[in-house]
Formats: sequence, C-alpha cells, structure tokens
Amino acid sequence: MKIIAIAVNTFREAVRDKILYSLLFFALVMMGLSVILGNLTIGEQIKIIEDFGLGTISLFGVLIAIFVGVGLVYKEIERRTIYTILSKPIPRWIFLLGKYGGLLLTLFVEVFVMVVFFSLLVFFYGVGFDFALLKAIGLIYLELALITAVALFFSAFTTPTLSGFFTLGIFAIGHLSTDLKVFGEGTKDPFLSGLTSFLYYLLPNLENFNIKGQVVHQIPVSWEFIGWSTLYGLLYIAGTLLLTVLIFQKRDFR
Amino acid sequence: MSAIQIENFSKEFHLGFRMRRILAVKDLSFTVEEGEIFGFIGPNGAGKTTTLKALVGLISPTRGKITILGRDVREARSRQHLGFLPEEPYFYRYLKGREFLHFYGQLFGLPLSFRCRRIDEMLELVGMKEAADLPLRKYSKGMLQRIGLAQALINDPILVILDEPMSGLDPVGRSQIRQIILHLKEQGKTVLFSSHILADVEMICDRVALIVRGELRQVGALNSFYPGGTREIEIVAARVSVDPLRRAGFDAVDLDGSVLVRVKDEEARDRAISEILAQKGQILSVIPQRESLEDVFAREIR
Repeated sequence: MKIIAIAVNTFREAVRDKILYSLLFFALVMMGLSVILGNLTIGEQIKIIEDFGLGTISLFGVLIAIFVGVGLVYKEIERRTIYTILSKPIPRWIFLLGKYGGLLLTLFVEVFVMVVFFSLLVFFYGVGFDFALLKAIGLIYLELALITAVALFFSAFTTPTLSGFFTLGIFAIGHLSTDLKVFGEGTKDPFLSGLTSFLYYLLPNLENFNIKGQVVHQIPVSWEFIGWSTLYGLLYIAGTLLLTVLIFQKRDFR
Repeated sequence: MSAIQIENFSKEFHLGFRMRRILAVKDLSFTVEEGEIFGFIGPNGAGKTTTLKALVGLISPTRGKITILGRDVREARSRQHLGFLPEEPYFYRYLKGREFLHFYGQLFGLPLSFRCRRIDEMLELVGMKEAADLPLRKYSKGMLQRIGLAQALINDPILVILDEPMSGLDPVGRSQIRQIILHLKEQGKTVLFSSHILADVEMICDRVALIVRGELRQVGALNSFYPGGTREIEIVAARVSVDPLRRAGFDAVDLDGSVLVRVKDEEARDRAISEILAQKGQILSVIPQRESLEDVFAREIR
C-alpha cells in the first residue's frame, strides 16, 4: 500500500511534467513522417512504416526513461522532498521500488500511446496489425525497464547530468556488446581480452531485446528466444535494483 | 519511558574529494520526557539540524545510540508515531494541498476514511481550508510552513519534531505556530523544536538544550539557564537630584528631568528607595533586569 502510494505519486509527478508531452509529441510526429518516407519507396511502404514505428517507440522510450529516470531520486534529494518521505515509517527500499514502479507505469502509458498511434498508421495502410509486432514491443518495454533501473542506479549516488551520460553510454555499449566480445576473442593481449569479456558480462547485452528487424521482415522469432531474453532482462533488473538499494541504504541525507 | 533518548551521539561527515573529516556533533547526550515542550537552540552550524535528522532516520549516527518512543531510530517502525517538519520544507509543487496530505497519510498506512476526517481537522487547525485545492506551487512561504505542519501531524503523532518552525514567518505566523505547539502539549504530546528565535523558545518551552559547535553546553529548565537570577534593578525617580544619591554611593544618572539609579540586589534597592523618598523624591518605576536567554546565548557562544 505504501509502495503503491509512492508509485502513484511518482507517476503523477511525471504526467504533470511538460517534458513528457513534448517527447511524446515528437515521437508521434516522427511516426507520421514515416508515411512520407514510405511513399518514396515502391512496394516496401509498410516495412518502412513498421521499421520506423518500432524504432521510434524504442528511441523515445529510452529518452523518456533516461530523462525521467535520472531525475527521479536526485530531484527528491535536491528539492529536499525526500526529508519528508524518509522521516515517515518507510524503509528506504520501499521508497526506491515505489519510485521504480511509478516510472514503469509512466513508461507503460507512454509506450501504450505510441503503440496505439502506430497501429492506427499500420491499419490505415490496410495490411492489418501483425501480432508479431507485439513481441517486438514487449521486448522493447523490457529493455526500457532495464534502462530505467540503470538510470535509477546512477541517480542514487550522482548528479542527473552524469547519470544521464552514464546511462546513455550503457545504452549505446549495450547494443554493441556482441562486437565487444568478438573483439576480445580476436585479440592476443590477455589483459585486453580479459577486460572485454569482463565488460561483456557486466554490461547488459541489449541486442537480446532487439527483434525489430526480424519482425518487420517477417522472419519468425522463437518463443524460446523471447523466454530467455525475458529471464535475462528480469535478472539484470533485479541485480541492478539490489545494488541500488544497498548503496541507498547507507546514504546520509544532509 | 522517555520520548527521546540520546546517548553519546556523535556524527562525522566526510567532505569533498579528499574526504576531509568533520565532526558535526560530539558526544551528545540528553533526554526529552513525555509531554514536555523542549527547545533546541544554538547558533547556525552548531549541529542542531544534524541531530534532528539523526532522530528521524535521515542520517545514521557514527557513534552512540538514539531511541525515540523506546525504539532505535535505525528501524523504520520507530517513526510510526512521529511527526516531523524539516527546515524550510520543500514539497511536491505539482500536488494540491489535499492530495499532498492524502499522500503523506498513505505513507503511514492510514485508511481512507480516517485520512479524510483527519485532513479536514488539520486544515482547520493550521487555517488552510481555503487553499486546500490549490497546487502547492501557488503557496506563499507561510502557507507552505503551515501545510508542512499539517503533514507532520497527519498521523496524530505522540512525538512531534520541528526544525526551525518559526523561521521566515511574520509575527502573526510565529504566534500561530506557538499556539499550535501549546495546543499539542495540552493534548499530552511531546514537542521538540529547534530555533534561533530565542523569544519564541522563552515563551513556550519547558526545558531547553543549548548546543554550540557540536557540543552540548547546557540543558535544563529555563530558569536554570539564569544562575544569577536578576542581573540588576533599575529605579527611575523624579524630583530628586543626582549628587546626593551619588554621595550616598549609588550609581545614578541624570535622564533629563528624572534620575536613573542602577543597583545590584534587593537590599541596595530598598536603601536607594528610602534615600530617594528621604530627599522628597518620587519613585516612577522599579524594574528588575533579568538576564535573558539571549545573554546566556551570547556568553556561551563566545
């Protein structure tokens, strides 16, 4: 009940913030643009729209996750609102998980709005909604949840600018981490190959959540792959949150 | 059971990149009994806020033990019957007054029906009924302080801790806060508040602790702070001249028509009065000058 109160309040804070609407607005504009781009190609129109739509949902989802996620805890400390929360009978882990829950809810609503708009576009082109697209969207949401957990982790001990920077970095590296492994295997230097494999296992492999290409080109994606990716995502999130709680527990609020 | 028990509390902070050690509070011990209004005074940076934050679980003691209402402050449960108003409180600007109080009530796990009733009572108590449906970003400083007090009392706490509740308020606002604190005492609650407005402390506190540079200097009932009792007595008289009084050994000053005589004690006061009357003079006033909390404060922080 307390955790829900904190989550709802976080959600309320996010939806009363204007930055969210401007990001959402640009996301919808971008999807609209895909129609024009689609018109420039012959026969591949629907693929362009789908590709663009999924890309937009993913990109703007990440932007929202970082923008809102990073400021989440920091703003509470900066504005000293946290003094009045943690001086209530609220264990700190409840506070953090409540904040995280509120953000997941915000992201869910955001993604939902984008998906509705996206399906209308696809529908408009008369091909009907391919339910494989939902698999891709589900994994995008899981990726967003993971990025949010990472943003929360950084914002528990550093400034929003730095944590935004770090989170964006992890997002970028996370999509290239297979390259990192390949590079490590190719090198003869034991230190370098040790470092790359350490980073490979430490940082999230976000390509596990990327099936956009397959779905758009109607290449089947097995449920087994989705299952493993989901498990991987959930474990990574749980680990990140646990670490965040451990850091946060020790913190003094001066 | 004492409402607050602080035993040998010390707090160290590590500052900056080189982790320079700062001892903010040194070996502090005192207790606050149930039902009293306890004032916590000291200059800025003395460690008042640090101590209050340790009491409400925002920072953890480096050494020592703190219990409130019989529970260690490191347990979240210790705060179930606590009300806390931080210094210059900041609240969620996007919430409306009533939403804000509901949210804080939920954090205590209070059921909806209780919250609705309690929130109306609290809005009435702090005089914020009209502003209950405005967002907090439209509130003035005094209004924020009052709604802050309402959130501190939402759970009908046994112990109320207020950090500088009167700072930044006009005289009317300060008087309202004093009335509320006295009202809480009537209901049998314990109130601990910090302040550097000594007049407020003098007016309502049963006991006071003075902290300077992280160390406890004095603690006790207010009159124990003035060991000298009265400092001097000022007598003002008319139709009498300065010289005969001076010849009699008194410290007399001409005040353009009247005479001011300053004496150290009651015996000297009586002698001076007899002397003035013997000179056919007229006594205008006799005022004992008590040492104020401000004098004690000034002496201790030197």
